[in-house]
Amino acid sequence: MIRKTVDNVQEALKGVQDGMTFMLGGFGLCGIPENAIAELVRLGIKDLSCISNNAGVDDFGLGLLLQKYQIKKMIASYVGENDEFERQMLSGELDVELTPQGTLAEKCRAAQAGFPAFYTPAGFGTEIAEGKETREFNGKMYVLEKAYKADFSFVKAWKGDVAGNLIFKGTARNLNPCMCGAATITVAEVEELLPAGSLDPNEIHVPGIFVKRIFQGKDYEKRIEQRTVRQRNK
Amino acid sequence: MLDKNGIAKRIAKEVKDGYYVNLGIGIPTLVANFVQEDLSVEFQSENGVLGMGPFPFEGDEDADIINAGKQTITTLAGASFFDSATSFGMIRGQHVDLTILGAMEVSENGDIANWKIPGKMVKGMGGAMDLVASAENIIVAMMHTNKAGESKLLKKCTLPLTGVGCVKKIVTNLAVLEVIVGGFKLLERAPGVSIESIRNATSGTLIVEGDVPEMKV
Repeated sequence: MIRKTVDNVQEALKGVQDGMTFMLGGFGLCGIPENAIAELVRLGIKDLSCISNNAGVDDFGLGLLLQKYQIKKMIASYVGENDEFERQMLSGELDVELTPQGTLAEKCRAAQAGFPAFYTPAGFGTEIAEGKETREFNGKMYVLEKAYKADFSFVKAWKGDVAGNLIFKGTARNLNPCMCGAATITVAEVEELLPAGSLDPNEIHVPGIFVKRIFQGKDYEKRIEQRTVRQRNK
Repeated sequence: MLDKNGIAKRIAKEVKDGYYVNLGIGIPTLVANFVQEDLSVEFQSENGVLGMGPFPFEGDEDADIINAGKQTITTLAGASFFDSATSFGMIRGQHVDLTILGAMEVSENGDIANWKIPGKMVKGMGGAMDLVASAENIIVAMMHTNKAGESKLLKKCTLPLTGVGCVKKIVTNLAVLEVIVGGFKLLERAPGVSIESIRNATSGTLIVEGDVPEMKV
């Protein structure tokens, strides 16, 4: 067995530098690598390019890095819910590349799986396709999209073992598996780090080969963006 | 004239037994409340869940179980979770039978705009571009006019496009329309709404053939 464990978040983020490109898992605030983000804020590294589905909210998630002006470029599919983001984008301080969500996921997965590019119908005929190669297959038009290149990917899982195998919970899975092994170094933080052999190989969502470093995360806040409930029958 | 729930109620009639359905944010989300209970239908949310149920009871919310609108949800028997690439594989691969989404503008050739107002509002397209480019069966749920009273059914969209030539059917507070060659074909009128008032609220070409029935909701 190849051990992937590191002692803590400091160890896990060794090598991060100004100007790097990061992938960060999560959808909204669900399944985001809270510990890695907190450490990036503490380290204060800047001029970062971040690939993530969203940009957090003003005071949580990637919003924490935006507050400190650590992000130079944001690649995301949806950036509502964040006033500071909007302000930095409209003032031109922040470079923003909006990408269809399925394309964003696939650009990560392509990097993981060794595809340099792929064709997708998403965005054909829109400004997203401007300057990109397009091609017809079976009478339908497609846009050529390239795989991302990133230095680190930061993902968050529910359970993991020392071999780096990961299991996610609910929709906190989202883009996390697509980003594993899609950057030079993949760092996984988990709610529960278990000894080898504790996880059933049949149940693994991401095999440890895609994970370089794994650590036991702590103090998860798991904020809910839209708390929607129904009343119990009286 | 219909309210938002009325629009959702009318669209619910388009949901057939055995359908996998993706519901967008806003009016589309309401459709789930009106689907006939005896139908076998599964709702997909593109962040990675199939078999969505209603909102959880107070106190049962789980931060790890949300829909694409970031709302806390529940799952029903037979539900599954998956990663976002797999989720869009379902969409792109046309395994999802029906997509219902909102729009700011629709043009008479089926173009749709719903992600950006240059200089004013840039929230991003989320999964909308993937959905409209891939789905065979797309229904747009929206008000017939915007807050300024201007028609949202146009000859040509003025806002940046989300997809081209993809919308087949539109349900608004005034009418049910089909996008056909040459314009918007009026299929049904909302209760108490005249063809004339629909014509006045439609800036694109409105095609009226024969008697147009009032919709049953």
